[in-house]
Amino acid sequence: MEGNFDILLQQVLNGLVLGSIYALVALGYTMVYGIIGLINFAHGEVVMVGAMVTISVLSMLAGMGFAPGILTLLLAIMVAAAVCMLMAQGMEKFAYRPLRKAPRLTPLILAIGISIALQNLAMMIWGRGYKTFPEVVETRPIEVFGATVTNVQMSIMIISVVIMLGLWLLVDKTRLGKAMRATAQNQEVAGLMGININRVISATFLIGAGLGAIAGVMRAVNYGQADAYMGLLLGLKAFSAAVLGGIGNLFGAMAGGLLLGLIESLAAGYTGHLTGGFLGANYQDIFAFAVLILVLLFRPNGLMGERQADRA
Amino acid sequence: MNKNNRGLTALAALMATLIGAGTANAADTQLVRIGFAGPLTGPSAHQGLDVEHGVSIAIEEANQQQLKLGDKVAQFKLVSEDDVADPRTGTAVAQRLVDSKVAVVIGHYNSGTSIPTSKIYADAGIPQISPSATNPALTRQGIKTVFRVVNDDATLGRYAGNYLVKTLQAQRIAIFDDRTAYGQGLADEVTKAVKAAGGNVVVREYTNDKSTDFNAILTTAKSQKVDAVFFAALDYQAAPMAKQMKNLGLKARFMNIGNLPNDEFKKMAGSAAEGVYAWNYGTPLLEMPKGAAFEQKLKAKFGTGVVQSSPAAYDATWAAITAMVKAQSADPAVYLPVLKSESYEGVTGTIAFDEFGNLKSPAATVFQFADGGWKTLSVERD
Amino acid sequence: MKNQTAQYLLLILAFVALPFVVDSIPFLGPTWVRILGFAMLYVLLALGLNIVIGYAGLLDMGYIGFYAIGAYLYALLASPHLNMAGLVDGVLNWPLWVIIPLAAIAAAICGVLIGAPVLKLRGDYLAIVTLGFGEIIRIFMNNLDQPVNITNGPQGISNIAPLHIDGGAWSHAAGQAPEALLSLQTSWSLFGLKVTPVISYYLFFLVVVIFAIVLSKRLEVSRIGRAWMALREDEVAAEAMGLNKRNLKLLAFAMGATFGGVSGVLFSSYQGFVSPESFTLMESIMVLAMVVLGGMGSIRGVVLGALILSVMPEVFRDLVNWIQPFVMDNVTFVSREVLRNVLDASTLRMLVFGLALILVMRYRPEGLWPSNRRRAELHDGDPEPTPAATALSTTVPASTPAFDHPAQQADKV
Repeated sequence: MEGNFDILLQQVLNGLVLGSIYALVALGYTMVYGIIGLINFAHGEVVMVGAMVTISVLSMLAGMGFAPGILTLLLAIMVAAAVCMLMAQGMEKFAYRPLRKAPRLTPLILAIGISIALQNLAMMIWGRGYKTFPEVVETRPIEVFGATVTNVQMSIMIISVVIMLGLWLLVDKTRLGKAMRATAQNQEVAGLMGININRVISATFLIGAGLGAIAGVMRAVNYGQADAYMGLLLGLKAFSAAVLGGIGNLFGAMAGGLLLGLIESLAAGYTGHLTGGFLGANYQDIFAFAVLILVLLFRPNGLMGERQADRA
Repeated sequence: MNKNNRGLTALAALMATLIGAGTANAADTQLVRIGFAGPLTGPSAHQGLDVEHGVSIAIEEANQQQLKLGDKVAQFKLVSEDDVADPRTGTAVAQRLVDSKVAVVIGHYNSGTSIPTSKIYADAGIPQISPSATNPALTRQGIKTVFRVVNDDATLGRYAGNYLVKTLQAQRIAIFDDRTAYGQGLADEVTKAVKAAGGNVVVREYTNDKSTDFNAILTTAKSQKVDAVFFAALDYQAAPMAKQMKNLGLKARFMNIGNLPNDEFKKMAGSAAEGVYAWNYGTPLLEMPKGAAFEQKLKAKFGTGVVQSSPAAYDATWAAITAMVKAQSADPAVYLPVLKSESYEGVTGTIAFDEFGNLKSPAATVFQFADGGWKTLSVERD
Repeated sequence: MKNQTAQYLLLILAFVALPFVVDSIPFLGPTWVRILGFAMLYVLLALGLNIVIGYAGLLDMGYIGFYAIGAYLYALLASPHLNMAGLVDGVLNWPLWVIIPLAAIAAAICGVLIGAPVLKLRGDYLAIVTLGFGEIIRIFMNNLDQPVNITNGPQGISNIAPLHIDGGAWSHAAGQAPEALLSLQTSWSLFGLKVTPVISYYLFFLVVVIFAIVLSKRLEVSRIGRAWMALREDEVAAEAMGLNKRNLKLLAFAMGATFGGVSGVLFSSYQGFVSPESFTLMESIMVLAMVVLGGMGSIRGVVLGALILSVMPEVFRDLVNWIQPFVMDNVTFVSREVLRNVLDASTLRMLVFGLALILVMRYRPEGLWPSNRRRAELHDGDPEPTPAATALSTTVPASTPAFDHPAQQADKV
């Protein structure tokens, strides 16, 4: 068994990297859901746009003679985050705000429509093929107890933890955070207390979109590419992660993301072995959905949830 | 020019009536429609366009030569249809081609559309020559009108499996596929060939065609101490796999069949591209006698070089036209027997069919990425 | 009332005549008859989804899974695949009248199995979970070629028999198919008109669609239908009225699934080939768009929506082919690469589906052609309609108050 420890550790590390990205995306779902109770189906596409815009800006900068580096990357991410925030703002103002009082299915179907439309608009702008993400820093493997993790993957994990802490401070310690929590609890009462609900909801969408853009870039950096399809499945999995952690709860989203990453990685790595080849890594995508279904069945408010999933 | 010809039987019919059938079908010329079907939009559009380019060059050449069918000069015309590489669209498109009375269909691009459509063409008696559908099942249906000018997966899989075991001396092999009709079929054939050649397949795992994270299955491969990894998938997945192998410290040879060799792979995989093996169909274009000339023509007319299947499409078109000229008729019933027995020297090699409609001696080439470019290692044929 | 019957008969007659007219128009021809055939299948799918979403208000995003089940069931029972895989001795050739009910039942069972665990969830969770189930069905079909080759994996199943009736056994030796007594694959003639196989298929589909419409209508005005609508509008109130929420929802799932399963059987025989790629999430969304565009809960609207959205892509294809060369030659300020992406018929098609969902939900949530009642519900500024139910007999007074509830409280689906 000794010899297998490094393999297990490797699978755990793989899962944590995967999970950090899920976690960042899941935060976007959980914040919006926590405040207005809407599954923002289009969030995955925001993530995709973030990655694609970053690639475009980088190649534009490269065309002007600025070779890809940390500084150009930061600039590109800022542009991408701005674009994503603008998009989220537009969505919220044009689509979700007028429907806040409509039957539940209305904004949800609308969000699905936005997701499909954005995906295909992205295909018109960037084509259907994969876009290569330029190598900004040289990837170097780092050895950890017989397993390896690259410097890029290490940064992804660290950055997502830092962002998470920042977000927690924002929600827990600032005026805006207090307003957000109040709005989440009861919009009408919060409004009576002098909170500008529309501003708070807008801010929530903006923060979620910004995080989404960063997550998109991380994913693109990690795999060296991005495409117009990447948002849909990533979004669904991240949503599952948010539910797993307990939707509406920030730490829950983080924990759910990491856990889902681990589950996927270990399942892909070991099911083939455990079932004697009956099931294999080809069922990897099923695990996210299976987890979602099981959680909703047995613990609808998730690991750290505050709300009932079947709250009427 | 070819784009104006595309699709739209409606327009064709309208023009025929407006301009008057008299001028189109003047006494001394005969209109022969050549059908093309492949993905012109959607994810594999660039490959489909490549095929269309090959067909339209062959048609242009044939028209310049003023070939005679009986006492009339043949006027070849491209009827191009987009099947989006989707079976359902494919059958609709096949019906369109049959309706517009094409003499031959060059296509479809992938096996998933070629197989269901082959029945529609067979019912209409129209020969179908695919330049790129490689699933062995296509020509094993017992349909007499199906041909392909590319080796099938069984052949290529056998070459690749043998090469892994015998030439590269791999002992413990991991085989992955992307669970598409193409990748799965090919990987199964390679698995068979490796076993037949006495090699060991110690890991047989799968992913899907959207995934770019292969760390889990590669880690499994690492735990089994594999010395070679075979992956049937396209470049956008082969590149991240090569990278992740390198990052995980999995020191095994990496072989891919998909759409390599190409230049995009180098950009996507970076330094991990070094040492990667890739198989492709046919012989390297530039080593063929007419290859360079074909590439030049393609560049002059469309501004892009060969992507993958345009030479085969060019050969498929010419094989059909040659058969028509020999039979002195564009009627499928008349020229089909000639097509079955003819032997035509094309850009990709000798085009001659066996009784199933497969090439008699299909070739395949293995490349390796070394010192920043793709090098030809060897050409295999039966 | 008599007038209305005459109108319906005229409409049916028009739909029967349609393929013959289309077939004889030179630039439409059999191609468009085939497209109309597929349109009928989509109408059937949309009618089924309408029961789940429109009547019961359950957003099922994995609906295409039932279609897949029907399609694969027919493919397995009427093709040489299982024989070739070595699972059965002879080539299966089950009769049509067994397969269609079987597919309906199988789909209904799957509907219940999928529905049962998730029905206590709120509407939006339900959407995601059913989406997950739809994907799971597809992933299994894509991978069940091992360890035992059931679905033939991504390669799909080919050589599927056309719809036919023969008196013979339920299976036969390989290569020795009995002569069919009646097959949609053969041409015949009707009052001197030649009926080609594509037209036969269309007519057969039309009959099934008409049956489905009648069934939908009967369901809508039945006690069950009104109970579904009561649940859709206000679950708590409906339960308080003594409705069994769980059974009603399961029934909606099962009924909807039935339509999907039958549609799948027809698809499988029509195409002669099935593979998992025909059953993606995008197909589910396409059917959803049809229902939403036409008007959730409105039979006429759903039929219209399905016809528009299934024929539209083909019109697009011609339109794009037609304008593309012109645009390519004349628009120079955008790169050709981008132009090609923009004029991509399949991208445009999906974009239209997305936009249809957005615009309808934003500005006209009752759809293009809503049922009278639904329109009234969604525009509460309008006066309440006179309860149509009285005209439809079988009314159970106790359940009527539920759907007279003001729309403002309809957000508790």
